[in-house]
Amino acid sequence: MARSATDTADEVHVYEPHRAGIPPLVPYFRGLWARREFAAEFSKSGIRAANTQTVFGQLWLVLNPLLLALVYYFLIAVLRGGDSGGLPRLANLTGGLFLFTFVAGSMSSGASSVTGGGRLIMNMNFPRLLMPFAAVRTAWFRFLPTLPVYVLLHLLSGAGWSWTMLLSVVFLGYAVVFAMGIAALLATLQVYFRDTSSFLPYFSRIWLYVSPILWAVHDTAGQFGTLMAINRIVNPLYSIVGGWVELSLNGVMPSPTTWVMGAVWAVVMFVVGSLLFMSRERDFTVRL
Amino acid sequence: MDIAHSAQKPSPGEPPVVSVQDVSITYRTTFEKVPTLKSAIVRLGRGERAVHVVEALKGVSFDVTRGSSVGIIGANGAGKSTLMRAIAGVLPPSSGRVEVRGRISALLALGVGFNSALTGRENVILGGLASGLSRKEVVARAEEVAAFAEIGEFIDVPVRTYSSGMYQRLAFSVSVHMDPDILLIDEALSAGDASFKVKANAKMAELMKSARAMFLVSHSLNAVREMCDDALWIHKGKLMMHDTPDACIKAYTKFLEVGENAFTLEDL
Ligand SMILES: Nc1ncnc2c1ncn2[C@@H]1O[C@H](COP(=O)(O)OP(=O)(O)OP(=O)(O)O)[C@@H](O)[C@H]1O
Ligand SMILES: [Mg+2]
Repeated sequence: MARSATDTADEVHVYEPHRAGIPPLVPYFRGLWARREFAAEFSKSGIRAANTQTVFGQLWLVLNPLLLALVYYFLIAVLRGGDSGGLPRLANLTGGLFLFTFVAGSMSSGASSVTGGGRLIMNMNFPRLLMPFAAVRTAWFRFLPTLPVYVLLHLLSGAGWSWTMLLSVVFLGYAVVFAMGIAALLATLQVYFRDTSSFLPYFSRIWLYVSPILWAVHDTAGQFGTLMAINRIVNPLYSIVGGWVELSLNGVMPSPTTWVMGAVWAVVMFVVGSLLFMSRERDFTVRL
Repeated sequence: MDIAHSAQKPSPGEPPVVSVQDVSITYRTTFEKVPTLKSAIVRLGRGERAVHVVEALKGVSFDVTRGSSVGIIGANGAGKSTLMRAIAGVLPPSSGRVEVRGRISALLALGVGFNSALTGRENVILGGLASGLSRKEVVARAEEVAAFAEIGEFIDVPVRTYSSGMYQRLAFSVSVHMDPDILLIDEALSAGDASFKVKANAKMAELMKSARAMFLVSHSLNAVREMCDDALWIHKGKLMMHDTPDACIKAYTKFLEVGENAFTLEDL
């Protein structure tokens, strides 16, 4: 999309009052796609700037969720009176926790992406949806270094390998699409209610407990009856994280419900989050 | 410097390059320092008004033809930067309509430095990408920008370590290197030193040959007199005068001397 001064010669821009409403989708997403390099660069330089501030940088990205996993591991051992479940349980825990950390990270940096965008948003005109999407990219690149750790734990725990494990990539895809939607949703909320981001840590803590991370899907078979049946439908991460762990760790094919619910939640969150964002984004600049 | 002679001329019947039609812009800030859910709930209980509105522009209308360089003058908080943002399409008008023919300069002054932890070069690249240039174009541009700004190795140092003059050199350099059809410059040079001001003036003169229009916001009335052939005077969001730079400056200076209450345009 290289442009010169001449091929824009008769470009006419008309700016009119904001009406709550969704802009024409095709040109919007075309503009978004044309500036994807901006989102990538924005997230990259953000990571670079953050890493220069700590000695451990990248290492910390791995250590932090791993230490957290160990904390929960010992917590579970205590609660179960010494039955820690050994390495398989730890592998199960880290697999779920790493992916959860990606979603929670997208949520918290997505929430502040617009309100923290200050000068960039005040002085430049571009599709704002790039801001929460860039936040998701950042969270993704914080997630990637944890994958080798997960593979290592998988090896140590003695779990087998199978081709079905490759299908777990689909659930990673669900998680990314879901994260983009929820980041856009929270970014919008944060503009109107500045304490959204202060509520988030509590919210994600509860979400962690009700998702199949500290407990495995197959542990709870037959327990908690209706509650678990409800959780399975209303909790997007039940399917997304549950399916990811089942496939990537155990090579077990998740139930059709898990496949369908994961896809439905990812798409619904993406559509709702980005449409809400797009319908309000012209209004953001006067409210920063 | 007589820029008007080198500039493009409008062909007869050509629509204005920039047309601002009865534009008002209202910022909505809340009474609290930051709007929070907690305060929204508390307010709901007391039934108070949620937002504090700042009417930064009120019913401003003007047209600008091809080849004009427009100086914008007015007191602090008059709404000059707000008007620039409206023309750039960053702020949608609350009412009215803005029409712009051509590509706007990528960055308003001080648009770089949106992340002070990043280096000057990274900021320039980000700004270029956000304005829709490709990576290849942007990287080449960044070299030119750095060379023009003459800030040496500081281009690769975090922006937070810049002096305000260095910062403005970079900002100015960015806005003139993005091949704009319409150039917007908001107080670019107030902190630049004398030698850079000379260089910047020469650059603006050069750009006026290729650009369709230029808007220069400045508190330096001399700069407006020298660089511009058209002027707007804005006061408290209202367009007081749209005339030649000399006439606007005369009225504005008079206004500053006699004070707001005693002033009427008929005094002139
Ligand atoms: N982001 C914002 N939120 C709320 N009010 C704002 C915002 N930006 C500007 N204003 C208000 O709008 C009015 C016009 O501001 P503006 O920045 O356009 O003035 P200006 O003419 O550029 O002033 P200066 O000469 O100091 O740069 C001021 O009353 C200011 O308080
Ligand atoms: Mg200003």
